[in-house]
Formats: sequence, C-alpha cells, structure tokens
Amino acid sequence: MNTAQPEIRNTASIGTTSDKPVIEIISLKKSFGVQEVLKDVSLQLFDGENLVVLGRSGSGKSVLIKCIIRLLDPDGGTITVLGEEVSRLNSAGLGELRKKIGFLFQSGALYDSMTVRQNLEFPLRRMRKNLTQKEMDGKVREVLDHVGLSDTVDKMPSQLSGGMRKRISLARTIIVDPKILLYDEPTTGLDPATSDEISSLINDVQKKYKTSSLIITHDIQCARSTANRVIMLRDGKVYLEGTVEQFERSTDSLIKSFFK
Amino acid sequence: MEKPAAGIRQMLDLWSAARQTIKLSGKPGRISSFLMQMANAVLFIGSTIKETFSRDFEFKEFSRQCFQIGYKTLPLVSITGIIMGLVLTIQSRPVLVKFGAATMLPGMVAASLIREMGPVITALICAGKIGSGMGAELGSMRVTEQIDAMEVSSANPMRFLVVTRVLAATLMIPLLILYADALGMLGSWAGANIKGDVTLVLFFSQAFAHVRFIDFLPAVIKSFFFGGVIGFVGCYKGYTAGRGTESVGIAANSAVVLSSLLVIIVDLIVVQITDLFVS
Repeated sequence: MNTAQPEIRNTASIGTTSDKPVIEIISLKKSFGVQEVLKDVSLQLFDGENLVVLGRSGSGKSVLIKCIIRLLDPDGGTITVLGEEVSRLNSAGLGELRKKIGFLFQSGALYDSMTVRQNLEFPLRRMRKNLTQKEMDGKVREVLDHVGLSDTVDKMPSQLSGGMRKRISLARTIIVDPKILLYDEPTTGLDPATSDEISSLINDVQKKYKTSSLIITHDIQCARSTANRVIMLRDGKVYLEGTVEQFERSTDSLIKSFFK
Repeated sequence: MEKPAAGIRQMLDLWSAARQTIKLSGKPGRISSFLMQMANAVLFIGSTIKETFSRDFEFKEFSRQCFQIGYKTLPLVSITGIIMGLVLTIQSRPVLVKFGAATMLPGMVAASLIREMGPVITALICAGKIGSGMGAELGSMRVTEQIDAMEVSSANPMRFLVVTRVLAATLMIPLLILYADALGMLGSWAGANIKGDVTLVLFFSQAFAHVRFIDFLPAVIKSFFFGGVIGFVGCYKGYTAGRGTESVGIAANSAVVLSSLLVIIVDLIVVQITDLFVS
C-alpha cells in the first residue's frame, strides 16, 4: 500500500478561464451502511474548465458526481453549485438547478422504448416548455449534427453501437444548453478510436457551449486529451491535485501506475 | 392539496432518518427488514397517489401504457377466456345432466364466470404478463440508469413511469376481465354444443335470466382492485430493484409471485365485504 503524501497542491484554476468556482465541495462524506465511500472530499470546479477526477474502481468517483446532482444524498459536508447549496434546495429548486447541469451517464442511459428523436425531445419538453415543435426539431437537428449522427434520428437505441449511444447521450445532455456538464466515465467500454472521438467531442462541446465540465474517468488517454486540471481520489479522499503534466512527472507509485 | 403533500413529505423525511439509523446500526434483522419493506411499499403507494393528483399528468405515456396493457394482452386473454368457458361447461354438464338440471348450465356458467372465475383467472394471467413486464422493464431501467437520467432531466419518474402504469393497469384490467367473461360465455356455448344443440340466443337468454346486476357489481369492483394491485406491485418491484442485472430477474419474478398472491387475498377480502352488502 502506498503511503506517500500528495506532492502537488494549490493548483486551482490552472488552465481555466475564470477563478470563480461553479461547483464547490467542502468535506463531503458519504457512506453505504458501514462502508465509508467518501471520507473528506473537497474540490472546486472553475468556470470554463475541464476538471478530471481520476481514481481506481470503487474510489467513490461516481458517488461524488451523483452527490453533486443529488441523485444521492451526502451524509456530511456541503456542495455548492452555481451559488446554491444543493442539500438545502427543495424539489422545485433542485429541478431548476438541474436544468443548468447536464449529466452523461456511464451507460448512456438512453430510453430504450423511445427513438433517438424522442430521447432528445424528452428533456426539452420538460425543461424548455415554451419551445414550439419547429424549434424543437431545429435543436434536435443541431445537436445531432454536432455529434455527427444526423441520420439516426428515427432509430431506436437498440439499433445503435456503443459509441453511437454515447454520442446520442451526449447530444441529449447538451440539447438543453447546460452551464455545467458532469461526465461519468464517458469512454468506458469503448474501443480506443471511439474513446478518442468522445474525448475530442468533450473538448468541442466545451468550446462551442462554453461549459464547465467535471469528468470522472480512469481512462488516462481521455484525461490527457480533456483535462485542464486533474484530481485523484484515493480511499475516499483527494489524494493529489495538479495538471496532467504535473501528474506525468510525479514519482508517486500510485500516480505512476496510472500514467505509465 | 398542500397539507397532505407536506404530510407525505414529512413522513418521507422521517422514514429516511429512520432508515439511516437502521443502516448505521448495522445489518437489519429479518423482522426489521420486513418492516422496512412494508414501510417502503406504503410510502411508494403514498407517493404514487400524491403524484396522481399533481399537475402535468403524462397523458401520452398513459395512453401508450393503456395500449401496451390493454391491446397487447388481448390475444392471451382471448384464449384464456374461451378455454375457461369451454372447460367449465365440459366439466359441469355431466353432473347437471345427472341431476336433470341441464337447462341450468348457461346460468351456472355465467354466474361462475362473472362472479369469480373470470376476474380471478384473468387477473392471474395479467399478473403473469403485465406484472412481470412492468417489473422487468422498470428494473432494467433502474439498472441502466434510465430512471436516474429521467430525474436529472427534470422529469418526475414516479409520475412518468409509475402513475401512468398503475392507472393504465387499474383501468384496462377490468375491461380485459369483462372481455374474458364475454369470450368465456362464447366458449361455454361452444362447449354446450359439443354434446347438445342450443342456439346462441337461447343460451345467452338462459344465462342472463339467472344473472342479476348485483352479480356484476362485486366482480367489477374487485377487478379495479386487481388492476391496481398488479400495477402497484409490478412498478414497486421494478422501481426499487437493485443495481445488478440479477435484480431485473428478481424484480420480474417477485412481481409475479407477489401480485398473484395479493390478487387471491384481495379477492377474499372483497368477496367478504361485498357479501355483507349484497346478502
């Protein structure tokens, strides 16, 4: 077991466009029964940056991201998103906040019983209730063009490959113009070429929609291509924080096992 | 509507706190685990009822579910209904003939089908098809994070998935039962014609001469309960499924077992209650 102490600190806002945090997490704790998954996690996501959270399987990365959007309720600590403390929001407030956050699920989570068009219209109908059908069609076309899958609009999710499902899922996430994007292992289960495509799509989305992104992954290639800043979780705590270059130069054995 | 909603919210908060306490105190025992499941089920029913009366009813999804539950179950219910009437007639006829009461056959079959056999057997068939379908569908949606995706899309999964399915089952299963009863009578007429000769009009007029409106009422009332039970159990088992793929199978299986059992129990209760008023 590696007991080396983190060697890189105070790297907040490296490579970012702003010093204003859009997400601020302080001393987050979450347990499942007697198992403490998150013990004391504090981090900030700044406006316009891509923050990659690395960690081994079971290190609490997905739990962290689900606490941010309150799919899970934390046991302790505070999460502030766009100036609002998430745990204090009522269901209406939470609904409003969720309109500003996009979440790309690890499995894509496309609705099996709906076509691609219906999948894309689903959040639009609920979050942008004043849109006409024509405007909705325009938005669907725009996001499908962006992910390069315009010809799949009337297909069912079961007719799409894994990579295509991830792209459609990303299109569904960005269709409501979120300010923050949360990616839960966006390249898991994809071949290297498709993973690279998804990584460049993440960068394109950030440039085009001016979003801030929190990317949970253990895919180093994805981290290299997308990260402005990297945080590594270990044993439910932030183990290390820095840029990709700083991680690459690290002599810490755990970091080296990831970046070899 | 504000006060009951706030009450339900308070109950949910209290229950979350209690669950947290049980979780922190280690693995719950059998009794506390059973009580937790019962309390969760009651809260699930409470949330469903609350969401049923909220604004933004998902009418399109409700219509789709009515089609799925009603129309797509028709072939199965048709075959069941015909065979039910046919077998009942073939089995009963020799006994009735022995006692010289062959003319009572249509009335006896009608009363049996309408009061008991039609509702219960059709409900059990629906528990198998619809209950397992709901359990498996919602279970797989839970496993593949589709329910979470709905939640982050500002959609209310309880309203979209559960309310629509429970209401559709509550509405469509009584219609399926009436349809099965009608086909059962046709099957019975066919059965009566195997060894005899009776016209359709005569058979039905003899049948309805022995059936009163009061025979229909308890059957119709209990068929709504059957529909509700099948919808609730299927949705509850699927919606609360665990995270692994194994949970989908467990959800589907337990939805069938529990809803079938509850159909029988509800039948007993409703028969006892309606008997008080009818007799």
